Amino acid sequence: MHVPDGFLDVPTSMATGVVAAVGVGLALRGARNELNERTAPLAGVVAAFVFATQMINFPVGAGTSGHLLGGALAAALVGPWTGVLVITVVLFVQALLFADGGLTALGTNITLMGLVGVGMAWLVIVAARRVLPKRLSSVPIAAAIGALLSVPAAATAFTILFALGGVADIPVRTVFVAMVGWHSLIGIGEAVITGLVISAVVATRPDLVFAARPILQATPLEIRPSGVRS
Amino acid sequence: MSTPPSSTAQPKGTRRFLLVFLGVALVIAAVISFYASGHPDGLEFVAGSTGFLDTAKESVTANSPLADYGVAGVENAPLSGGVAGVVGVLVTLLLAGGLTWVLRRRSDSPKA
Repeated sequence: MHVPDGFLDVPTSMATGVVAAVGVGLALRGARNELNERTAPLAGVVAAFVFATQMINFPVGAGTSGHLLGGALAAALVGPWTGVLVITVVLFVQALLFADGGLTALGTNITLMGLVGVGMAWLVIVAARRVLPKRLSSVPIAAAIGALLSVPAAATAFTILFALGGVADIPVRTVFVAMVGWHSLIGIGEAVITGLVISAVVATRPDLVFAARPILQATPLEIRPSGVRS
Repeated sequence: MSTPPSSTAQPKGTRRFLLVFLGVALVIAAVISFYASGHPDGLEFVAGSTGFLDTAKESVTANSPLADYGVAGVENAPLSGGVAGVVGVLVTLLLAGGLTWVLRRRSDSPKA
């Protein structure tokens, strides 16, 4: 979903640049409370992993493809504020070195995939965690639901920006239906990949999963049913 | 092997975990990326089908030696994409890891 230069007019791009700068500024503050000696290196590796997986476009039909946005993955593993920083670094590297996503659109892309993607994912993860049973196996499910909804949320946010400052004169409803339709399909891929990766990490190192912290703290003497861990 | 939740994990185990995680990222970027779908992504497809794709402008970084996930001058496509992917993974790792390392809470310092 990397927005190139030119889709949005200059005032809109400048406004999203300001939004992105404020958001990343808040994330720099918030991340201090999420990061310690153990999770800081993990955040670096998560960013590298998100970069790598974003190279893998998977087909979603009719000549369209999608790739992981990574907001839910990053938020679940390293926390929402650090997740925003992780996605921001990935977008920065992609725009500067790989010409993927425009330079004047960098604020737009950070707003859509960083702030909206991570923010929506984290809100859904927290809500799902509240509803689901209080056990570790709920964490990948919560992350997958967060992933599923974060992609159409980012697509909706793009449509709002397009309505405000899209250069082309296209009916907003047309863009909205197409954007949310396709990105709901891409969201399924996002959910599958996120669920699998979080499952793998929860199975090996649950102590490193940010979204699992309340569950681990709430169950100091966990009775493990047979078959949960092989 | 169960991990007591409250215990701080052994640095050795954590290091191995991070190296495996990074190794997976490198394999994805270096090798598996070659098999990625070449179709336009969701946004590009929608831009094309609804008619605003032509408002896109070429990025000012389009002449970057790594533009479009290839190494300029390397004809072999798997090699070109693989090297670009590995460089991207390592640059991202250093930038994000460096940033978060600077921001981390130091357990031995009184101030957060």
